[in-house]
Amino acid sequence: MRDIAIGQYYPVDSVMHRLDPRVKILAVLIYIVTIFFIDTFIAYGGLLLFLTAVILLSHVPPLKVLKSLRMIVYLVVFTVLITLLFYNGKPDDLLWQWWIVKIYRTAIHSSLKMALRIMFLIVGPTMLTFTTTPVALTDGVERLLAPLKLIRVPVHSIAMIMSIALRLIPTLVEEMDKIKNAQKARGADFDSKNIFKRAISLVPVLIPLFVSSFRRANDLADAMDSRCYRGAKGRTRMKVLRLTAKDFAAMLIMAAVLFMFLWLNFNFFPGLVDFRALPWFV
Amino acid sequence: MLAKAARNTYNKRMSFIELNAVKFTYNSGERDEAVALDGVSLSIGAGEFVAVVGHNGSGKSTLAKLINGLYEPDEGEILVDGLSTADDKNLFDIRSRVGVVFQNPDNQMVATIIEDDIAFGPENLGLPPAEIRARVDWALAGVGMSEYAKGMPFKLSGGQKQRVAIAGVLALKPRVMILDESTSMLDPKGREEVMRVVKKLVDEEKMTVILITHFMEEAMQCGRIVVLKEGKVFLDGGREILTREAELKEAGLETPFAVRMANALRARGIGIDADVMTLPALVEALCR
Repeated sequence: MRDIAIGQYYPVDSVMHRLDPRVKILAVLIYIVTIFFIDTFIAYGGLLLFLTAVILLSHVPPLKVLKSLRMIVYLVVFTVLITLLFYNGKPDDLLWQWWIVKIYRTAIHSSLKMALRIMFLIVGPTMLTFTTTPVALTDGVERLLAPLKLIRVPVHSIAMIMSIALRLIPTLVEEMDKIKNAQKARGADFDSKNIFKRAISLVPVLIPLFVSSFRRANDLADAMDSRCYRGAKGRTRMKVLRLTAKDFAAMLIMAAVLFMFLWLNFNFFPGLVDFRALPWFV
Repeated sequence: MLAKAARNTYNKRMSFIELNAVKFTYNSGERDEAVALDGVSLSIGAGEFVAVVGHNGSGKSTLAKLINGLYEPDEGEILVDGLSTADDKNLFDIRSRVGVVFQNPDNQMVATIIEDDIAFGPENLGLPPAEIRARVDWALAGVGMSEYAKGMPFKLSGGQKQRVAIAGVLALKPRVMILDESTSMLDPKGREEVMRVVKKLVDEEKMTVILITHFMEEAMQCGRIVVLKEGKVFLDGGREILTREAELKEAGLETPFAVRMANALRARGIGIDADVMTLPALVEALCR
């Protein structure tokens, strides 16, 4: 089993695990919006503290969380490089120049912020899937989207599709490994230096994977049918979602955190505390 | 009132599942048309432990899907507890009475957490949460997987996965459980685990079990054996069927080793009782 962190539940017991999924989903939404609003290092620092607290409270090993960043390493590096090379700053910010390459001080800041932003964007939702079972997640989505039923959106089906997709990720990864090994045994070359050759060599992996996914879908549909599934009709739940005191507390904390970040970032009360006066406020 | 009375008298009759001259064809009318069942009549009573055996393509897996109402027969009729599978309105009731455990354990798990997966069936029945919880715990205990309740299926062995699948069906509290080649993807140890659970269901829960298999050693543990050949019932009877080497060979099946050995010994004039079918029994008979 390879480390595909996203969509993986980490089964331990913690405050984070016990929170209502609806609260967690809303919290992640607030978190994502916050990331797009803030652009100062001090606010990112605050966000890091907040995230650290969440990770520690969740009892998920921090290393496991960091591993979820592995798959975006290239994206981050690429973004940083592009920003560094093509940023157009003011002449007095220019740090270093060679031929047409100009590195500005502001470009360094901007690219670092971009990198942080991407990483924060991945880690937050990953914490949601680490601490929430797909069934709870789906339940949460279904309940949150419930008002859309009024305009005939098939909320239950959407939630079910989501849950099955999450459920099948590890199975399909395993299957892909199997097919890859089978093709390797027949002499397929997946380690070619040539990126085009490597891409083409994936075709004989993807086609069997695609075909077998259809067979799986068929089998799964039969299994669901034979276990009396008929959509949302007459369906009840074993775990009924109920908001408790800790959920309200979590929502309050989330609201406070949001406000704090906005304050840190936009310096709402310069009369009270002036963050801009701090020497490292950039 | 009258209809209800009629139903009750029906239920009192011995057979729980009735197939009357059932025909089923895949891709009917097309070039790759394949007749799976060609006029099968069977009746299976409550509490029976039946093995359905047959060569590949004999139609045995189609049978499971027909009884469960996943397919509709082209001709003939299937009644489960008096309900016809041809009527879509009956399907929910039929499926709550007949559960199927399929071949590939990975393709029948709906949820990522074992207890959530087992709850899927009872949730569809619309039971109150406390009742669902009780059924999930009961079903998990029944297959000896209670300690894995909060675990994830993909970390389990094949035998364990299939036991979870059995629990998922068990939680629906069906009257009949069909195992559609449920052991064919397992290693010998996993097969043994699953068979132990199945026998427990038959002995302790008085569950009607239809075991579709191509392992004769498994079929041997059933009270009744139905042999299918080319979509027709070829043999139907007790365990003694397994000693009919020539006929089984005709159906593309192999007799269990102990039976072949005993037959060969008998042919050489060494008297061995007809009920010797397992290896330990054979050893004992020979040592006497």
